[in-house]
Amino acid sequence: MNRLPSRQPTWLIVALAIVPVIGLGVFFLWPFATLLSTAITGEAITNTLSRRSTWDIAWFTLWQATVSTLGTIIIGLTPAYVFARYNFRGREPLVGLLTAIFVLPTVVMGAAFLALLPTSLDRTVWAVIGAHIVFNLAVVIRVVGTMWEHLPTDMEAAAATLGANRWRVFTDVSLPLIRPAVAAAAVIVFLFTFTSFGVIRVLGATGTRTIEVEIWRRTTQLGEIGDAAVLALLQLGVLALVVLWSTLAQRRHSRALGLEPLARRRAPRSPGERHFVGIVVGCTTVIASFPLIALAVRSFSTPSGWSTNAWTNLGQTEIRPGIRIGIDPVDALGNSLRIAVWATLIAVVVGGVAALAIAAAGRSGRLLDTGLMLPLGASAVTIGFGMLITFDAAPFDWRASWWLVPVGHALIAVPFVVRTALGPLRSVDPSMVDAAATLGATPARAWREVIVPYLWRPLAVGTALAAAISLGEFGATSFLSRSGGETLPIAIEQLLGRTGSALQAQGYVLATMLAITTVILVAIVDRLQEPRRTKADRS
Amino acid sequence: MSALDVHHLTVSFDETVVLDDVSLSLAHGEIVALLGPSGSGKSTLLRAIAGIIAPDAGTVEIDGSDVTHTPTHRRGVGMVFQDNQLFPHRSTLDNVAFGLKMEGVGRTERDERSARWLERVGLAGFADRRVTELSGGEAKRVALARTLAAEPSIVLLDEPLTGLDRELHDRLARELVEILTTAAVTTLLVTHDPDEAAVVATRSVHLTDLH
Amino acid sequence: MIRESFLTRRGRAAIAALAASALILASCGSDDADDGSGDPEGSVAIGNPPVPPTASSSPDGERSVTLVAYDSFPEADTSLNDALTQFTDETGIDVELLIAGDTGTMLAKASLTAGNPEGDVMWGIDNTFLSRAINDEIFEPYVASGIELVPEESAMLAPNGEATPVDFGDVCLNYDIAWFADQGIDPPTTLQDLTRPAYKDLLVVQNPATSSPGLAFLLATIDEFGPEGWQEYWMSLNENGAEIVESWSQAYYERFSWAGGGPKPLVVSYGSSPPAEVIFADPPRDDSPTGVIESTCFRQVEFAGVLRGTDAPDEARQLIDFLIDDRFQSQLALNLFVYPANVETELPQEFLDFAVVPAEPRTLDPAEIDANRSSWIDEWTELVIG
Repeated sequence: MNRLPSRQPTWLIVALAIVPVIGLGVFFLWPFATLLSTAITGEAITNTLSRRSTWDIAWFTLWQATVSTLGTIIIGLTPAYVFARYNFRGREPLVGLLTAIFVLPTVVMGAAFLALLPTSLDRTVWAVIGAHIVFNLAVVIRVVGTMWEHLPTDMEAAAATLGANRWRVFTDVSLPLIRPAVAAAAVIVFLFTFTSFGVIRVLGATGTRTIEVEIWRRTTQLGEIGDAAVLALLQLGVLALVVLWSTLAQRRHSRALGLEPLARRRAPRSPGERHFVGIVVGCTTVIASFPLIALAVRSFSTPSGWSTNAWTNLGQTEIRPGIRIGIDPVDALGNSLRIAVWATLIAVVVGGVAALAIAAAGRSGRLLDTGLMLPLGASAVTIGFGMLITFDAAPFDWRASWWLVPVGHALIAVPFVVRTALGPLRSVDPSMVDAAATLGATPARAWREVIVPYLWRPLAVGTALAAAISLGEFGATSFLSRSGGETLPIAIEQLLGRTGSALQAQGYVLATMLAITTVILVAIVDRLQEPRRTKADRS
Repeated sequence: MSALDVHHLTVSFDETVVLDDVSLSLAHGEIVALLGPSGSGKSTLLRAIAGIIAPDAGTVEIDGSDVTHTPTHRRGVGMVFQDNQLFPHRSTLDNVAFGLKMEGVGRTERDERSARWLERVGLAGFADRRVTELSGGEAKRVALARTLAAEPSIVLLDEPLTGLDRELHDRLARELVEILTTAAVTTLLVTHDPDEAAVVATRSVHLTDLH
Repeated sequence: MIRESFLTRRGRAAIAALAASALILASCGSDDADDGSGDPEGSVAIGNPPVPPTASSSPDGERSVTLVAYDSFPEADTSLNDALTQFTDETGIDVELLIAGDTGTMLAKASLTAGNPEGDVMWGIDNTFLSRAINDEIFEPYVASGIELVPEESAMLAPNGEATPVDFGDVCLNYDIAWFADQGIDPPTTLQDLTRPAYKDLLVVQNPATSSPGLAFLLATIDEFGPEGWQEYWMSLNENGAEIVESWSQAYYERFSWAGGGPKPLVVSYGSSPPAEVIFADPPRDDSPTGVIESTCFRQVEFAGVLRGTDAPDEARQLIDFLIDDRFQSQLALNLFVYPANVETELPQEFLDFAVVPAEPRTLDPAEIDANRSSWIDEWTELVIG
């Protein structure tokens, strides 16, 4: 990876970095500090930790995350193998579908599963775990699959010539060698399922509570902020432990595999192979697509039979004459779009500037980079909660400001914009900058003429990503939005909670719309990134 | 009865015919060199014999039994790959012992037998070495020991000496002949170097002659 | 999308850094974040003080006031809304309705936004939640003109005039007469009856954390079985298949068999719900299709108040005055199915004919409610929802 050889003038770096740094400090670090101080003062700690329900909830969060993780790994290994080793018709679209599912908003995934399951399975823990598995399949398939692709097929063949049957090849040769990838995937899936919020709110029964849900409940229903803060810290602690452990463990077990060029993928040849690949691909496609299909189908189902009512009457939430449920789906759509525009604008500008600053600062850029990634270490719920309890007093009483929710979204989206932009920025050949210098350009000018143009495409990708993030954001928005300003995911969750009512179909309608929008945005991102990828794929 | 009989083997990949109606016989104890230019399908033939690739037509017989539809791990065909394919997560001794482990041989016995094979290939004392730290020549010898320790009916060598420097090449060539002859195992070795074939093998054939 | 970041090591390094900074900050300790609650000091505004109109004008220059209410408050098309239009005609102040969900949620939002409220006037905090509203300082005290027409014992619940009583009612169990007749079962008559197997899976109640009738019902059971005995009662209720929903409108309009076409013939609602069913009956009828179980009734008083930090205090106060005025109060019974607080307001005939007013509705000492509400709700949640 090439690094820009000369550091840019300090004034330039500072000028670029100042906005992201201030933004990070004000909107993340300060709320984080408030969260800490709220939690550790007063009786909140003793109250929360001595309450039995706290430990029940913590235990539940832990075991459902563990089961979800194990389930995802076990179910995902076979497809990972098939994807790594074989070429088959529909491979690219299926990978695309799985990736799209992975990035769907959590409420949409919850809605899709709600639509899919027969009533008796609705809202049980197993529904939640099932949704988690399908949601995170892509992690296993891509992370483990990528490593498997680097595992030479000949090594497996060599084991076979030494008498190892398929299963023993797997246990004795493949598994030990892909173990780092499996562990990495497991950590990722565990972190996501541990902090699961949207899926549980939509799909779980009222009593299904993870730590995140409890933080939300204590804050927005009971007004017990201190207790919620303690729970948030507890969760942060668990997450940090898991990550610490995984980083240490990975360092110990890393092995030089002798990085091969990607092993050849081939089409299945023998009938046995064809059956095997066919079954695995078929099952994976079914698992991946049924929930989304069910979602779309259910939007046409009302208590009085199949109809397009929910679509055409979207916005009519009357239960009795004059009495509405307080959430207007059409308003919610408008709110979401408006917020998304602002959030994307902020995220792209701040993220782009931050990427430039990081790239220009050389090694010290790492500090800003890691700093900007911090909001992702806290869950969205924690971010929203922190902002809520911080900006509630003059002169920083921003609770009613129209820009608070977009800023919250931007906080979450900026790391993505930065990541997307940094890659191309860093891979630019520094000799080009040198060439520009020999032609008389000052360092800053050379930068602007040679490097910055490489930003446009990644920023376009970042725009699509930020938009998708904002539209689907549920955790932070659950805390920050005010009555009348609800967004699409909030409206979806409210509508879907009304089982057996005509309103529920409208919830499915909104969820379908959100799903389609996300898929389109992801497709745009894919398309924009394509020129780089196709070269690597054609091996 | 031949040790190895290949009848009219045809293999094609995506409409390109790589092996066209190839036939070949090996008698017990022979060391046969298969010559041919790069890309002519020599490796493919080896893989087809080992069962790694399924042929489109033709049969493979080992000691008179038709193994065309037998999976690799039951064919008793050993293969040394061009890049050795040693298992990086296991020690040298465990690599050599792998085939014996698959057979279900107990730990003490297989460790003993593997250690003896390491001696035979001139690597006594290498038991605990990490395979990633072995030199090119050492790795090749471990690969050979690993294959032979499993006592296969046929041994296939895919360009075993290609890419080694001159001195190592010549030394290993001589050692190879010694080990293979002492082990008295039927060997098919693929190479593009006729001189090498002359030194190592009892008989040479050209791929083009096998149609 | 958040999720993609975890695929990088940097993301995971960030979490580790977060943990480290958490430990460092925690060990340094810090002061309690000052929440800067500026109390509305000094004297309580009484009547209509001549305060110059402040901000809160809608874009075309008219004055407006935002009324925050629970989700069973009609947004349009009813005579209640007509009364509000009358207000606008008289004062030139537009009334915008903001539906904030059910009472508990509404209160929680108000607490979180205290000082920078979502609206100007809040309607619907009841006596079971009032002490929390007062403790969280969501209201700006204002003694309405016309307050003398409201019964004093209700007004005393808000000792400093934080809020004004606007209506009262009894939260009682309602049952579907036709349903029970069809099944040939007698409807239950006491709270204890609800745990009998004959009534399995027939009851829908609301979550006391979010719904005021839900909380009132819980308090009724605490009144009946005592602070030590209600837990066992609720466990039996739970085993007997009681369904829990979040809001009254969901329970009544979606799950109740008569009003919502749902599967449950027993619902926690109001003593004044039967008249509503008579009034809205189609085809018209002259008897009530739903009945009330008197022994389960709990007295509920609802309040309205000016939200602290409103940017339209003058308009808000005028609205409060109107809310207890007869012109508004006379529409309450037929739209919200509650009794007007204004003692001079006449009740519609259907009310007099069909409403059930229990001789001795249950109540609990407000101080007791204040002290225990939070732990009772917690305990209930653990017992029933799990």
